[in-house]
Amino acid sequence: MYPTLSHEEILRYSRHLLIPDVGLEGQRKLKAASVLVIGTGGLGSPVSLYLAAAGVGRIGLVDYDVVDASNLQRQVIHGTQSIGDLKVESARQRLLDLNPDIQVEVYNEPFTSANAMRIASDYDLLVDGTDNFPTRYLTNDVCVLLGKPNVYGSIFRFEGQVSVFDARRGPCYRCLFPEPPPPGLVPSCAEGGVLGVLPGTIGTLQATEALKLILGIGEPLIGKLLLYNALDMSFEFVKLRKNPRCKVCSPEPEVTELIDYEAFCGVPGHDRDEGEVGGGWDIAASDLAKRLKVGNHIRLIDVREPHELEISHLEGAQLIPLGQLAARLSELDSAQEIVLFCKSGTRSARALELLLSAGFRKVKNLKGGINAWAREVDPRLPIY
Amino acid sequence: MQTLRIPTPLRSYTDGRSEVNVSGRTIAEAMQDLTAHYPDLRPHLFNEEGNLRPFVNLFLNQEDIRSLQGLETPLKEDDRLMIIPSIAGG
Repeated sequence: MYPTLSHEEILRYSRHLLIPDVGLEGQRKLKAASVLVIGTGGLGSPVSLYLAAAGVGRIGLVDYDVVDASNLQRQVIHGTQSIGDLKVESARQRLLDLNPDIQVEVYNEPFTSANAMRIASDYDLLVDGTDNFPTRYLTNDVCVLLGKPNVYGSIFRFEGQVSVFDARRGPCYRCLFPEPPPPGLVPSCAEGGVLGVLPGTIGTLQATEALKLILGIGEPLIGKLLLYNALDMSFEFVKLRKNPRCKVCSPEPEVTELIDYEAFCGVPGHDRDEGEVGGGWDIAASDLAKRLKVGNHIRLIDVREPHELEISHLEGAQLIPLGQLAARLSELDSAQEIVLFCKSGTRSARALELLLSAGFRKVKNLKGGINAWAREVDPRLPIY
Repeated sequence: MQTLRIPTPLRSYTDGRSEVNVSGRTIAEAMQDLTAHYPDLRPHLFNEEGNLRPFVNLFLNQEDIRSLQGLETPLKEDDRLMIIPSIAGG
């Protein structure tokens, strides 16, 4: 039996109750439903706001980050007041303000192979609002193993994808993407940027699919992938088929329990700049400043994109965007000391690996990038 | 002549173009035509042995070419190819 609605709830959901496809019974189904939203960032914001407003009875939020000023361009569940607060706490307050009749459960921890089954088993369906490949493969495998739908959404710059992966009724994420791209080939939003409204578009589509699944109405995006492009304002669909040799959802799967997804993808399970290479190949901004001050001849190579120079730049640095570096190695002298930098150290770490493999040895990565320089050495520069 | 849709992450290798014209009797020929015009794209789509990289999803009209005849799938005039990228942002 579905739970009943109070008079206050009937008034609150009046516009739903007027739709015959939802009605009182549908609203009671929503009240009985539970949805786990992985990530309370760009996608998780609209997803959880609309699910809460719609009256989904229990919403779980998984995130371990704190609200940063650079989140607010798109993560509309958080506000300026909550900068520095835990994202799950900031989100819980906003959701309960929007709808005090629902339950919000928060998990202030990374979603990992160690806790994912325990957390997810308590929910009807999962919404993938993560920002990295390892957690996307993890979310998929959890859903396949537990037999739950995975409402998938993913974004980059102006482009988004939406699908519903339900291995019981169609393909899973691994049927479409059997293997992750090699580390570093696909830039993340922290490196490549994203139009702030894009996760709003994609997240509301995910929320729509979640509500349809709960209500059992319409045609879910199972076996179909929606591709959205904001610049062309194009919505295109392609058909997805179950891969008969899928490693996790085929009749004879290779993956029967959760694996080490960071090792599988070769990247960390978060989209934050690591900013360093390790192994003694980094130089702190303050150390670089000291060495430049005493007149050391160091060649500074900026591996960012040309349009980023307008935001901040270092005196005397030469621009060689990471994408051009391999083709422009002849411009560099391996006998001279080189310091590579970018915004926060991720692209320059990749550039350093490229130089090392080309035989360069007198090369360092500016740890934390030009943002660290702005923080530690020259506060006249902005941080972005 | 066929059209090929280029996803955002790869547009820096096609002079920013979102769609390019290609021509071939098969998908392999059309892709050959594409990478002849945009050689920087090649390493993103094919490995050293010339096989399509496993994370590259190529669709003909609405179908995954893996469920057709792969790169050997014959093409008609006005067919539309799409590269679907792995993106992970959220």
